[in-house]
Amino acid sequence: MTAQSPKVDILETVEFDAEGYLVDANAWTPELANEIADVLGIDLNERHWVVINFARAFYGENGDAPTMRQIATNTDITMKEIYQLFPGGPAKLAAKVAGLKKPTGCI
Amino acid sequence: MISNREKILGKTAGAAITEKKTRKLCIICSKGSLDMAYPPLILANAARMSGIEVDLFFTFWGMDVISNNKVDHLHLATVGNPNMHPKFHIPTMLGGLPGMSSMASAMMRKEIDSLGFPPVREFIELLHDAGARLWACKMSADMMDLEEDDLLEHVDGVIGAMEFMDFSEDAQIIFI
Repeated sequence: MTAQSPKVDILETVEFDAEGYLVDANAWTPELANEIADVLGIDLNERHWVVINFARAFYGENGDAPTMRQIATNTDITMKEIYQLFPGGPAKLAAKVAGLKKPTGCI
Repeated sequence: MISNREKILGKTAGAAITEKKTRKLCIICSKGSLDMAYPPLILANAARMSGIEVDLFFTFWGMDVISNNKVDHLHLATVGNPNMHPKFHIPTMLGGLPGMSSMASAMMRKEIDSLGFPPVREFIELLHDAGARLWACKMSADMMDLEEDDLLEHVDGVIGAMEFMDFSEDAQIIFI
């Protein structure tokens, strides 16, 4: 934190585990998602939000972050698009941005 | 003490902050039975979901997994298979009777479906869309009289063992 930016860094106001996943999914806010995505080099657009909102809802029902196939079969986002939206490991990146734990599913 | 920003980026305490090289995986798929078709596909998918580059090299019986007229009819062996789970267990003496393998295969397909895993053909398409590359072995194709048209459209090419050596340089290799 520099003297020029007295603004509170919201990333440091919540707890992350050693792998960088939010510890408490309830501590998540859309603003936090934007900050996490920014750190990961992702500029969130409405298509990302389709994935994030689905992931949050899926987590609420199942207690686990969705896998890529679950996203592709339950939203209008195709497998190809998921990999374009979250380049470099979509399962992990989407879970991080959505404030969820690392998904445990294999497919 | 590492910051949350560093954690999100996957940095661990004490590790040098350097640009991480993309991990690369090559999986040699040499089996064509229903049970053995899945492990390489599942690993490849997990790798892609984790941001790891993946090349799948299908050879020998693995060619059935990428052959148009075989992929939907992969079978589970009911004779000489000592590892069958009790759920599918059929004594070897009975396993040789007509229809036994088909029955066991149908049961396994149902189990696979109930776990949320797609049929093999769909799985191959999924992997292709996820950015995995699929290669067929030239020698196996020649031996089995297979042309490129006989293979699934998602196969990237038919290549020789030397080409495989070229692109698997620096990759971790798994043989299944």
